[in-house]
Amino acid sequence: MPDTHSPALRSNQPADAHAAVYRYDEFDKTFIFERVEQFRAQVERRIKGEITEEEFKPIRLMNGLYLQLHAYMLRVAVPYGMLSSTQVRRLARIARVYDKGYGHFTTRQNIQFNWPKLEDVPTILRELAEVDMHAIQTSGNCIRNVTTDQFCGAAADELVDPRVYAEILRQWSTMHPEFTYLPRKFKIAITGSPNDRAAVQVHDIGLIAKKDETTGRVGFTVYVGGGQGRTPYLAVKARDFVPVEEIIGYLEAILRVYNQLGRRDNIYKARIKITVNEMGADKFIGLIEEEYARLRRQKFHVDPAIVDAIQTHFAPPPWVELPAISDSFEAAKAADPAFARWTRSNLTEHKTRGYAIATISLKPIGGIPGDAEADQLETVADLADLYSFGEVRVTHEQNLVLAHVRQDDLYALWKALDAAGLGTANAGLISDIIACPGLDYCALANTRAIPVAQRIAERFADLDRQHDLGELKIKISGCINACGHHHVGHIGILGVDKKGEEFFQILLGGDAGTNAALGEIVGPGFDYDGIIDAVETVVNTFVKLRQPGEIFIQTLARTGHAPFKEALYARA
Amino acid sequence: MPVLDRGLPIDDRWTDLADDQDIPAEGAVIVSLERWRTERDALTARRDAVGVRLKSNQLATEIADDLGSLSLVALEFPKFRDGRAFSAARELRERFDYKGEIRAFGHIIPDQYLFLTRVGVDTVVVPADRVGPAWAHALKEISVAFQPALGREEGVSLLRRHLKGTVPA
Repeated sequence: MPDTHSPALRSNQPADAHAAVYRYDEFDKTFIFERVEQFRAQVERRIKGEITEEEFKPIRLMNGLYLQLHAYMLRVAVPYGMLSSTQVRRLARIARVYDKGYGHFTTRQNIQFNWPKLEDVPTILRELAEVDMHAIQTSGNCIRNVTTDQFCGAAADELVDPRVYAEILRQWSTMHPEFTYLPRKFKIAITGSPNDRAAVQVHDIGLIAKKDETTGRVGFTVYVGGGQGRTPYLAVKARDFVPVEEIIGYLEAILRVYNQLGRRDNIYKARIKITVNEMGADKFIGLIEEEYARLRRQKFHVDPAIVDAIQTHFAPPPWVELPAISDSFEAAKAADPAFARWTRSNLTEHKTRGYAIATISLKPIGGIPGDAEADQLETVADLADLYSFGEVRVTHEQNLVLAHVRQDDLYALWKALDAAGLGTANAGLISDIIACPGLDYCALANTRAIPVAQRIAERFADLDRQHDLGELKIKISGCINACGHHHVGHIGILGVDKKGEEFFQILLGGDAGTNAALGEIVGPGFDYDGIIDAVETVVNTFVKLRQPGEIFIQTLARTGHAPFKEALYARA
Repeated sequence: MPVLDRGLPIDDRWTDLADDQDIPAEGAVIVSLERWRTERDALTARRDAVGVRLKSNQLATEIADDLGSLSLVALEFPKFRDGRAFSAARELRERFDYKGEIRAFGHIIPDQYLFLTRVGVDTVVVPADRVGPAWAHALKEISVAFQPALGREEGVSLLRRHLKGTVPA
C-alpha cells in the first residue's frame, strides 16, 4: 500500500469513515428497502400486464428508469454530488455486472447506466440501497435530486456549507404526497458561496445560503422560475432572506402555487419559469406570499436542533495542522512541467492551510464527456481512501473532485490519476466540455453532441494552447431541450435538425456563474464538419482581440459580438 | 363504480348525478360545481346530504364558502398525471378546516393511493375491473414518511427523529 495520511486507514475504521455523506439510520433503511420491494412489485405487475406502459411510465421514471433510443437507462441519484468510496465501488460493480462496464456522470451530479435490463433493475436498486443510495425522483414530474456546489465544505470562499440544507430538502421532497405529480419536473439548486458554482439562477428554485449580518443566523435568498430548455429564463428573486426555520414552509408555498396554477395543457409550457413569466414575477411572488402567510407554519418549522443533528453527517474531516507551503509539492512542480500544468487548471484553493481541492477530469481528449469505466471508478475510490478521507464528489460539469488533498500528496495523486487516464490538465478549459448524450443515446435528440465535443477537444488537443486560452466553457446540446446547458456556455452549441441534416448553431456569452447570463445565437448554423472550424474561428478571434489577462467571456463583454460575427460570416 | 375506503370496497350511499339527471327526492347526491351554484336552494331544501364535484382546474377556493353545507367534496383526476387535486384536498383540510368526506375519482392508480390519504382524501372511486389487492397493499408497502402532511404524522416530520429522544409517529 502506498504511503497514506488517512487517519482511518491507519486505524481500524473503514477508510471512508470521515466521508461527508449522509448515513442512513434505521428509518431511512426501512424506507429504502420498502421502496425497492415496491418497485419490484410494480415491475412484476407491468410484466404481467396488470398496468399499462402509460401507467408504468411515471412509476419507473420516479425510480430513475428511462426508456432511451436503444435500451433502458437507469439514473442513480448522487445526493448533492457527495459519494463515499464504498459507494463509488458499488457503482463500479453495478457498471461491471449489470451494464457494459461504464457509467456516465450527468450535469445534475448523478450517474447514469445506459444498458440495464428491466428485470435486473429491482436488484440493482437493492444493491444501491445496501450502500445508502437510490434512484428515486431522478426523473418524473417531481422534485428532483437537489444539486449544489461541488466544493462545499472545502472552498476558501464559502460562507455557509449548504450540504445539511440540501439533505433536509432531499428528505422533505422524498415521496412528497402533494408534489409528486407536478405539471413538470422541478429542480432545486443550493449554494453557500458568493461565487456560484451551482448555477442556481437557471433552476426552478435557486437558494443562496448566507448569514444575516447582524444576527449571524443562516437563511436563504430564494430565486424562482429559472431554467434552460426551449425557453430559457434566469430566475427572479422571490425573497432576499428566508431564515432556515422557515425554508420548508416557504418552499411548500411555492410548490403549492405552482402545482395548482402551472400549465398542464402543453408540456413545453409546464415548467414554473413559464408560469412566472406569463403571470408576471410580481403577481407570482404575491401569490407565494399569500400562500405562505396562511400556511400552518409551525408544522413546517425546521427546528435548529434538527439542523444540528443532521449537520453531524457533514462534520469536517480531521484535517491536521500543515505549513502553508509544501516543499515537496513545490519541488514536484518545478521538476515536472506536466504536473505543474495540471496544478494550474485542476486545483482550487482549500479553506484549510496545506490542503487543496483537486478536480479529476472526466474529459480526456477525444473521450466521452462524463464517462467513467468501472476500473477508473475503483481507482478513484482507492485514491480517495488514500488521500481524501474516502470521499468523492461529482460536479455538474461532469467531473469528479477529491476535496481534501494534502499538498504533499498531490504529486502522487496526479501520477496515479494520469496512469488511469484521469489526469488531464483541462478543468475549466476549452476541452472541459459539457455535452448531453445526444443522438448516440437519447430518443429526443436531433443531432449528435458527444462526437462534436470529441472533435473540438481533438482540435484543441494541445494542452499548452488550452492553458494559454484560459477559462473557456463550451456546452453542447443535441436538441432544444438544452440538457447540455448550451444557453449558459461561454460558447454554446445547439444541434438542430434541418430537413434531415444536422446543423449546429453557436451561442455566445452565456454564463452559469454568479453573473448568470443566457447566450445569444450569433447567426446561421454550421454543418457537422463546419462547426469545429467555426469554434476555432471564434477562439482565434478572441486571441486576436484579448487584452493581457482577459479570459474569453471578458473579452466578449468588452467587444460585443460584432467582431466574432464578422469573423464567422464575413466570407459568405 | 366501486368506492374504496382503506383499500376495501364499501357500500356507498352517494349517487353521483350527471347535470342532465333529475335530482331524486331522497338520498345523498353529488353534483357538479355549476349545478350546485344554480340549484343550491333545491339541493339544500332536501333532507339528505349534498356533495360537490370539482374538476381538476377548479380550486378549493371555489367551494370554500359553501363547505358548511357540503358533506362531501369529490375531486377529479382527468388523467392520473394531473396532480392538482392533491393540493385541492390539502387546501380543503388545512386551509379551510373541512371535516367532511373527500373523495377522489377519475383516472387514479394504486401507486397514488398512499399520497391521496396523506393529503386528506378518504375514499377513492375505482373502475370495477381495477378493484384488487393492489389498493390495500399500496397503503402498507411504505411505512415511512419524511415530511409533515395529514394523518398520523401530522406535525411530526420524520426529520424530527434526528432530535434525541424523539420517536417518529
